[in-house]
Amino acid sequence: MMRADGMWQRTRRRFLAETAALAGAATLGLDSHPAGATPASMQAAIRNVTGEAKLNKGKVKIDVPALIENGNAVPLTVSCESPMTQEDHVKTIHVFTEKNPQPNVVGVNLGPRAGRASVSTRIRLADTQKIVAVAQMSDGSFWSDEVEVIVTLAACLEGA
Amino acid sequence: MARALINVPAKAKRGEVIEIKTMISHTMETGFRPDSTGRPIPRDIISELVCKYNGEEIFRAELFPAIAANPFLTFFTVATESGTLGFEWTGDNGFSASESVNITVE
Repeated sequence: MMRADGMWQRTRRRFLAETAALAGAATLGLDSHPAGATPASMQAAIRNVTGEAKLNKGKVKIDVPALIENGNAVPLTVSCESPMTQEDHVKTIHVFTEKNPQPNVVGVNLGPRAGRASVSTRIRLADTQKIVAVAQMSDGSFWSDEVEVIVTLAACLEGA
Repeated sequence: MARALINVPAKAKRGEVIEIKTMISHTMETGFRPDSTGRPIPRDIISELVCKYNGEEIFRAELFPAIAANPFLTFFTVATESGTLGFEWTGDNGFSASESVNITVE
């Protein structure tokens, strides 16, 4: 009799554990689903700029606070290593975000007359996310940098 | 008329890289926010800034709703000759503003 009780206890315990594990898996599955769409649209926006060209890492540097208290105006500087001569200069710089309503943030055209390939502005960030900057050199190559930022107060999407 | 602020050194040496700071007053309404009745407020942003040095384009920026209100842009140029730097902003609902500053290059 004692033995049978023990058996019952063990299976009941296992049943509860398994149910909890299943529930957990289901929640995780649900959570991860909707977030998948926007990084893809960012990739599409980047492809729109680079076309089929290879996107190299490096040469570009994003300067932005890692922890952002207010997403309504975030200082952002993008600079590129380049001598900025007629033969070798930065042609364009584009900035993208992963989870803003729209992936594009800003696109600038520079030239050898810029002297220094560096642009600063203030941007809006709707969520804790990844920022990507893509620069096109005069030889046609594309270089990029990406940073992860944490946003505590998101730029307002709610009513005024 | 939107108020624009431009910060460029009044004097520069020939060949010097100078910093240009620009800011213009504008709400930069994103088009993603609903008003008190739940209807989205239509987008109203500045979509472009062009900077010309003695008539030649040296900088162009395409802006999106992710640019904060009162768009602020800083960039660089090489001081080549004395003259004027012209700035032109264009945007939604026929928005247009321009400003120019003089620079003396020695």
